Amino acid sequence: MEQIQFSEDTLALVNRIIKRYPEGKQKSALLPVLHLAQSEFNGWLSAPVMDYVASILHIKPIEVYEVASFYSMYNLKPVGTCLIEVCQTGPCWLRGADDIVEHLQNKLNIKVGETSSDGMFTLKTVECLGSCGTAPMLQVGAAYHEDLTNEKVDSLLDKLRNENKRSSYMK
Amino acid sequence: MGKKFLLEHVNVPGIETLPVYQSKGGYASVEKAIKTMTPEQLIEEVKFSDLRGRGGAGFPTGLKWSFMDKKSEKPRYLVVNADESEPGTFKDRYLMEKLPHILIEGMIVSCFALGSKTGYIYIRGEYMYIVRILEKAIDEAYKAGFLGKNILGTDFSCDIYVHPGAGAYICGEETALLESLEGKRGNPRLKPPFPAIAGLYACPTVVNNVESIAAIPTIVNITADKYNDVGIGKSAGTKLISASGHINKPGIYEIELGLPVEEFIYSDEYCGGIWKGRKLKAVVAGGSSVPILPANLILKTAKGESRLMTYESLADGGFVSGTMLGSGGFIVMDETACIVRNLWTFARFYHHESCGQCSPCREGTGWMEKVLHRIEHGHGHMEDIDLLVSVAKKIEGNTICPLGDAAAWPVASAIRHFREEFEYHVKYPEKVKDPKHFEKEPFVSESLLMNA
Ligand SMILES: Cc1cc2nc3c(=O)[nH]c(=O)nc-3n(C[C@H](O)[C@H](O)[C@H](O)COP(=O)(O)O)c2cc1C
Ligand code: SF4
Ligand code: FES
Repeated sequence: MEQIQFSEDTLALVNRIIKRYPEGKQKSALLPVLHLAQSEFNGWLSAPVMDYVASILHIKPIEVYEVASFYSMYNLKPVGTCLIEVCQTGPCWLRGADDIVEHLQNKLNIKVGETSSDGMFTLKTVECLGSCGTAPMLQVGAAYHEDLTNEKVDSLLDKLRNENKRSSYMK
Repeated sequence: MGKKFLLEHVNVPGIETLPVYQSKGGYASVEKAIKTMTPEQLIEEVKFSDLRGRGGAGFPTGLKWSFMDKKSEKPRYLVVNADESEPGTFKDRYLMEKLPHILIEGMIVSCFALGSKTGYIYIRGEYMYIVRILEKAIDEAYKAGFLGKNILGTDFSCDIYVHPGAGAYICGEETALLESLEGKRGNPRLKPPFPAIAGLYACPTVVNNVESIAAIPTIVNITADKYNDVGIGKSAGTKLISASGHINKPGIYEIELGLPVEEFIYSDEYCGGIWKGRKLKAVVAGGSSVPILPANLILKTAKGESRLMTYESLADGGFVSGTMLGSGGFIVMDETACIVRNLWTFARFYHHESCGQCSPCREGTGWMEKVLHRIEHGHGHMEDIDLLVSVAKKIEGNTICPLGDAAAWPVASAIRHFREEFEYHVKYPEKVKDPKHFEKEPFVSESLLMNA
């Protein structure tokens, strides 16, 4: 099994993040550090990864689990190389979000919540991402894709497939 | 054209960089505040400006600042609420992306006024690309001497950090936000104590919305007197409105408070009218949590007066015939929109986002989602409509934080104003099986037809 350890650069960043909070309040760094961990360890948080984060922040593993399971951006199961998150809340629905979801399901031949058979894409619906004025929209990693049409979705999928890079909020 | 305090220079190329921002008068308020004013004077100035919190509740900012515990020996904190997750709201994103320095400038002055040496920006995790924009701006501000030790050669020192959340609407509620900032689940705290007494790390803390803090430089620069010349009565200054839905020009607009709603919807300067030549059906004026109003009541109050974009005018008529300015998330629906389906998406949202601490909210939001799903998909019963009203009533006022109310109000108001549409779903299950039912054949009120 590969050893779970942040790269040197990430470790330095973790230490800078901890310094943002007062002495003894290093637990405050938990959310940002979990983002880094998810990005560095294949897009999801396994129990050993969470234990590792607990050891770095000198907190109990349970303190990490209870947080990781509360917030929707942390994946507690493996996801495809690209995680596609489509907003489905009212304002996006008013401008055709349902059609985009349906188009994606057909194109990828999966249902919402599933991963394509080649492991390339996981499709997820999410709630309002603060992009209602450019609806419908979806997010892949940190990138927003707005004012969507089926054609735009198609070319995005092609681009993602060609790049074959793991999506991450941190990049 | 209305006055622009926030977005005046938004289209200037490079305005996100410090030199360009400064060339447009940026950071003048830091110089003026810390060199020529006392913290007490600043708080008085903000009080006098009548600025009200732009996060949703509209609480007077100066008054909130004056509650900060001054006797405490503990450090004090300013926390900026950039969690922006209320459906229909995307103004803070726009402001931070385009004008990061206006927030940093506002925070420095606010920290000085509050006696705080540390400010945190708690930003929703999905806005990660804005974290980098803000951090770049903060770096520039440090290098120029506006942040760090002995700012502009005075004995005032201040640090600002950006802290990302991780996808939880509830962390916009200020005490949940503080829990989250401490590295915990976002469970709202019981109040009192209020954050001004025991907030972050149990220290005196002020939590303000991005847009509230971004208004501070203008108030300092032009004086409170001039700031509250704009607007009407206790609705002073300008407000960012996030306009979405069935309009020709969705986007962010800075309006002078007091602008008629009709002008906002139909004028080319703002929303540019309803798209596809259709008719206006309904508006949710202040983010998903506020009561929905049908076209006639959003344009005119029940008394027949023209409805204005102010806290007071939008609230005129209470929850019987009025609504709230809220966060300024202005969601417009044309005649083809299905009120039930839109409401179901909101109910699903609140159920998903409930932190689960109080049973009325945890269970009630689940029930409302389930019953709305059933009605919308043609499996509803007539009793379901009153069941929804009764569940909403049982949640309202019975929970730790206002998320419960926020989930209940949209349901209660939609049924109050659009009951016939709910009944139609029950009466004609076959017609509503197609998700686009009203797009194909807009709903027409039978009672209106009979009267005509
Ligand atoms: C469920 C819930 C979500 C909220 N979300 C936000 C938010 O995303 N941004 C915000 O500024 N205020 C939000 N608020 C309001 C905050 O609790 C708080 O009142 C506000 O940040 C105070 O800032 P202001 O006085 O400058 O408006 C929310 C409140 C509740 C109950
Ligand atoms: S009202 Fe809902 S969100 Fe608020 S504390 Fe209770 S359960 Fe949590
Ligand atoms: S509703 Fe989709 S981004 Fe707001």
